[in-house]
Amino acid sequence: MSVDRATVRRIARLARLAISEQEEGTLEKELSNILDWVAQLDEVDTSNVEPMTRVEDMKIKMRRDEVTAGFCAADILKNAPQVDDGYFVVPKVVE
Amino acid sequence: MAELTELSIAEARQGLHDKAFSSHELTQAHIEAIEAANEALNVYVLPTPERALEMAEESDARLKTGEAGALEGIPLGIKDLFCTRDVRTTACSHILEGFTPTYESTVTANLWAQGAVMLGKLNNDEFAMGSSNETSYYGPAINPWRREGSNAKLVPGGSSGGSSAAVAARLCMGATATDTGGSIRQPAAITGTVGVKPTYGRCSRWGIVAFASSLDQAGPIARTVRDAAILLRVMASHDPQDTTSADLPVPDYEAAIDLGVKGLTIGIPKEYRVPGMAPEIEALWQKGVEWLKAAGAKIKEVSLPYTKYALPSYYIVAPAEASSNLARYDGVRYGLREKGADVTAMYENTRAAGFGPEVKRRVLIGTYVLSAGYYDAYYLKAQKVRTLIKRDFDAAFETVDAILTPTTPAPAFALGEKSGDPLEMYLNDIFTVTVNMAGLPGMSVPAGLSSEGTPLGLQLIGKAFDEETLFRAARVIEEAAGPLAKPDDWWSKAA
Repeated sequence: MSVDRATVRRIARLARLAISEQEEGTLEKELSNILDWVAQLDEVDTSNVEPMTRVEDMKIKMRRDEVTAGFCAADILKNAPQVDDGYFVVPKVVE
Repeated sequence: MAELTELSIAEARQGLHDKAFSSHELTQAHIEAIEAANEALNVYVLPTPERALEMAEESDARLKTGEAGALEGIPLGIKDLFCTRDVRTTACSHILEGFTPTYESTVTANLWAQGAVMLGKLNNDEFAMGSSNETSYYGPAINPWRREGSNAKLVPGGSSGGSSAAVAARLCMGATATDTGGSIRQPAAITGTVGVKPTYGRCSRWGIVAFASSLDQAGPIARTVRDAAILLRVMASHDPQDTTSADLPVPDYEAAIDLGVKGLTIGIPKEYRVPGMAPEIEALWQKGVEWLKAAGAKIKEVSLPYTKYALPSYYIVAPAEASSNLARYDGVRYGLREKGADVTAMYENTRAAGFGPEVKRRVLIGTYVLSAGYYDAYYLKAQKVRTLIKRDFDAAFETVDAILTPTTPAPAFALGEKSGDPLEMYLNDIFTVTVNMAGLPGMSVPAGLSSEGTPLGLQLIGKAFDEETLFRAARVIEEAAGPLAKPDDWWSKAA
C-alpha cells in the first residue's frame, strides 16, 4: 500500500474535501493501486533529462498593461451563492 | 423533414446556399429529432431550441443578403465544457449547478461569428474526466450503436460522449469537443465518427472549463473528414486571451483533404502492437496500411520506445494539474455551496457534495503528487518522461510525415462494464494519450466494424501544426473504408 489511511485523511484535508470513514477505506485502496501502477516510471532513467515545460517552442508574448475586461462587478458577482453590497459573503473567518 | 438531419455539413452548406431549404427548416428538423431521442440517448444536458431558432432566423436573413459566414445556418451541439454566454454551463458537475457564464468561450464565439446555430449543451464526463461518459452528474450518454443481436446499452466513449453520440445519431451536424488524453478521438472511434485533436495551441482554451492545462485542446467531432475540416478551420484561431494559443495562420483544411497521400511516408510504431491486442484491431490496422499504400504512400516501421510510460506519466500530470485547476470550486464565487460550521468546513462540505467519485480520486492523487516532498518524485519525473516521449516523436518525424495506429484497444463496451476499476478504464486511452503528452495533433477516422457490428477507428498522428497531412490521410482511409452502415434508429419515440 503506497498510502495509508492517515495519508488519505491528510491529503483530503489539503484538498479541502470532506470524506467519510467508508470513503477513506475505498480511497486508500484505489489511490494505492494507482500510485503503485505509476511507480513503473522508476524504471526510466531521467537523470540527464530536462522536464518538459512547454509543448512547442514559442515565445510567450507580453501583453500591454491595460484594463481590457474591467468594470464588470455585476457580472463577476452574478453566479455567487451569496453576495451583499458588492461583496462575496463567506462564513465568519476572524472571531 | 427527417432527411435534412442526414446531410453532411458540406451538403447542407450547398443546400442553404441554393435555397433548397432554410436554416429554420434544417434547425427545426434537428430540434424534432432531439425531442424524440434525448430521453433514450441523454446526449443533450440542456437543449436550447428557442435560441437555436432565433439564430437560424438570423442566419436565414444573412443568407438572403449574401452575408453568409463559413458555417451559416449549420446547427451544432456544444460540449458542456465550453462557456456559453447566458446559457448554463456545468462541465456536467454538480459543483457548477446553475452556473450561467457572462462570457463566451473563444471557440464557440468563432463558430457564432461564422453563422453556426447552437442546438444545446452536450453531455460529457464530469470535468472531462472519464472514457465512457459515465461520470457525468446528469447520467451517461448512450451510444446509438448496439451490438448485433443485443439490446445492451453501450457507452459512447468519453469524455466527449454526448458530442460523439449526438453526431452519430444525427442530433446535430457536428459538435465541439475537448481532448486531454483521448476525449475526442476515443469517443469518435467507438461511435463511427471523425474526431480531431489539433496541435496544442491551435484552438484557444479561453472559456473552456480547465481540466489539465498543459494537455487540454478543443476540436471537432463530425460525420465526415470534410466536415471536420470545415469545423476546425472556424474553431481554430490565435487568441491573446490564451497565452498558449499559437500565433500562426489557420490553413484551409478543406482544401487539403483531396490532395491524397502520394509521396507521403506513413510510420507504423511497433510499440503500439501491445500484448494481448485483439486480432480484429490488428487486422483493421493492417487494412489501414494497405489502403494508404494503395493510394501511393510509403510505409515505414518506426519506434517510439517510451510509449508504455505515457499513460502512467499522464496519470501524474493530469491529476496534478486538475487538482490545481479545481481548487477554484470553493463555494464562494459560483456554483454550489454547502453549509459548514466555519469557512474550511464550508469548503470541504461543498467540494464533497459537488464532486463525483472520479473527480475526487483525481483531485486527491493530484494533491498527493504535488504535496511537500513528493513533487520531484512524481510531477517532475513525469514531466521528464514527457520530454522522452516527445523526443521519440521528433525522431520518428525525421523520416515519416504521419503515424498510423488504432484509436482504441477495443470497440464500445457496455454501461457498467468497466466502471468498477479506475485502472481498467484508464487503459482505454493507451493509444491516444501519447499524443497529448507530446502536444501533437491526432485524428480518429472510422475504418470499419468490429465482429460485434460496432464501429472501430484508426488514428493518425502528425507533426506539430501539420493537421493538413492528417486530413489528407484520413480522407484516403474514409474513402477506402466506404460509407459506414448507420445504426438503426431504436432511440426515437414516435412524435
